[in-house]
Amino acid sequence: MPDRVTEPSDPRPLAAGVSAGASAGASAAPAVEFNDVQIAYGKFIAVHNFSLSIEKGSFVTLLGPSGCGKTTLLRAVAGLVGISSGQIAIGGRRIDDVPIYKRNIGLVFQNYALFPHKTVFDNVAFGLKYHNVPKADIAPRVARALEMVRLAGSERKLPSQLSGGQQQRIALARAIVFEPEVLLLDEPLSALDANMREEMRVEIKKIQKQTGITAIFVTHDQEEALSMSDRIVVMSAGKAEQIGSPTDVYDRPATTFVADFLGKANLLAATVKDRDAGGVSVTLSTGQTVRVATDRQVAAGDKVSVVVRPQKLAVGSELPNRLSGRVLSTSYLGSRIIYEIDLGQGSIIRANVAVVTEPVREGETIEVGFDPADCVLL
Amino acid sequence: MATRPADIRPTRGWRLYDPRLAWLLLAPATLLIVCFLILPILVMAVYTFFTFITAGVEQSTPTLANWHEFLTDPYYHGFLFKTLRVGVVTSLICGVVGYFPAYFIWSTEFKHKWLLLLLLIVPFWISFTIRTFSWIHILGEEGLINVALLRLGLIDQPLQMLYTEGAVIMGMVHFLLPYMILNVYVSLENIDRTLISAARSMGCTNAQAFREVTLPLSLPGLAAGLLLCFVLAAGSYVTPQILGSGRDALFGNLIYDTIMGQLNWPMGATLSIVLFLVLGSVAALYTRYMGMSQIVKGLGG
Ligand SMILES: Nc1ncnc2c1ncn2[C@@H]1O[C@H](COP(=O)(O)OP(=O)(O)O)[C@@H](O)[C@H]1O
Ligand SMILES: [Mg+2]
Repeated sequence: MPDRVTEPSDPRPLAAGVSAGASAGASAAPAVEFNDVQIAYGKFIAVHNFSLSIEKGSFVTLLGPSGCGKTTLLRAVAGLVGISSGQIAIGGRRIDDVPIYKRNIGLVFQNYALFPHKTVFDNVAFGLKYHNVPKADIAPRVARALEMVRLAGSERKLPSQLSGGQQQRIALARAIVFEPEVLLLDEPLSALDANMREEMRVEIKKIQKQTGITAIFVTHDQEEALSMSDRIVVMSAGKAEQIGSPTDVYDRPATTFVADFLGKANLLAATVKDRDAGGVSVTLSTGQTVRVATDRQVAAGDKVSVVVRPQKLAVGSELPNRLSGRVLSTSYLGSRIIYEIDLGQGSIIRANVAVVTEPVREGETIEVGFDPADCVLL
Repeated sequence: MATRPADIRPTRGWRLYDPRLAWLLLAPATLLIVCFLILPILVMAVYTFFTFITAGVEQSTPTLANWHEFLTDPYYHGFLFKTLRVGVVTSLICGVVGYFPAYFIWSTEFKHKWLLLLLLIVPFWISFTIRTFSWIHILGEEGLINVALLRLGLIDQPLQMLYTEGAVIMGMVHFLLPYMILNVYVSLENIDRTLISAARSMGCTNAQAFREVTLPLSLPGLAAGLLLCFVLAAGSYVTPQILGSGRDALFGNLIYDTIMGQLNWPMGATLSIVLFLVLGSVAALYTRYMGMSQIVKGLGG
């Protein structure tokens, strides 16, 4: 597929046992593999013991708050920062000592990073020129890439003559035109306005599917991550908190950080009371007892957290797990309403419920409930 | 202002962002420029049409004699060409020699970059004249280089280095280099470093990324530096006076000599206006193609 495969100067396979497919030939090797990667800036360790295996053609998102090391990881794949220990492999080949210009990687930056002194054509042709593509092939391939991002005919323009969204599409065309093995996107949507972001999200996903390129996407926006990814790596302070499909990380958060970062779930401190076949009964710090459906092994007296999403709470007393408290504030959204409820003992939860009856007013008592299957025990 | 927000009401006849206020604030600077720059130049321009009688005496009878003399006498043309040549050579040397330190300061990982920039400004703390005089002790017959070479027995006659065109150019490079470095540095500093990362990720080596991205994007700064050095060198008077011989005098010295030596004010005024027009049109050409703002940025450090 690539015009010039990264020179197999040192085609050492990655250490055995890391990937089941490693011995079965190059086609089965993961597109990108991180093995126990640590990255330091001087004394500061930006990424700790990061391991991840990315399948060919998949769309993986690194999701986490600003400063958690997402960019650092991307830059390590691209070769813009060195790693202090561990290995990174692309297509089964270790790239630790492959210089950046010999790695076959497409990069898209948050600020577009188009060359301001070059026309759109020269920007897009740039990678082709340095991948030794024959001169005659350059123009048709640039045209095809521009067509793919729906900007055919803009060859003669300068980047400054294009809108932000158009510039980012050119940047995307520039990154995929030389058919790199991996496409790295560092918050490519965050400089765009809300409407444009929505549109670009769909477009990036479409182009990724069409080309079948392996993509690593970095964002701090959970909506982007959930809507675009095959797999999400939720990161915090240089560590991977959870790796899983969008539904995995959203419905079954592995840590309180993940639960909080994705969708601001309610976290209720609790103590395990007893467990039986169906799940666990826990006593909340506010004294109420709730049941949680879980197969987690816990013993009576363990300190745990119950994670309930605001959307999983409903007003009324039909549901088995009931919490009552005083309404601190309400935000009416038309079909739904968000209550901020004080359960006492400094425990405040949010409930995002459908509007069916007259809304409860601030200061009044409210009773909300949730199903034992709709929560997670951590 | 045509689009004044409704909530900004007139207070005692004045508005916020009142154009009258803008003029008031501009007035001192405008007055200064008009009285001490534009008017004197106009007076000079008028003087070029006065008639020279004898040293120190002229008449206001209008004449084209001065312009005729300048345009026909190759003596003046020689001076003009030489001045332009020295200016071009000086600014080219500054460009070539100055780019590297600017690139170094920009690319270094050294934590205290400000210190390196401060070092560039330090020479300005010493009077320009004294800095120029110091070359006499280095290049002169009894100067550092000659004495050293004589003692080492490499030469038996002191080399003639002082009072040559080379010495003049050297002195001006010495004086102008910080301007060049600052100009180039500022334009390098304006380059978005992710552009270089982008180029590298698309298959450029470091050297190729420099040629494709860094160099072209720093050219405006280099051009601004070249213009600044050229204008300052071609308009210089002190350096050739101190480090040059009579033969190495530049246009500035010619003007000085015409006015102070021969007391020929009309001719001196004509030569001044010529230099003003020549350097002004070079600057105008530059502005036409590169934009003046780059120089202002460079001077601002
Ligand atoms: N060049 C650098 N030198 C030192 N520290 C850095 C450098 N780049 C990033 N960091 C630090 O590494 C951490 C991770 O940065 P980054 O990968 O940019 O985070 P993210 O992209 O997730 O916002 C941050 O704490 C940041 O301050
Ligand atoms: Mg980042």
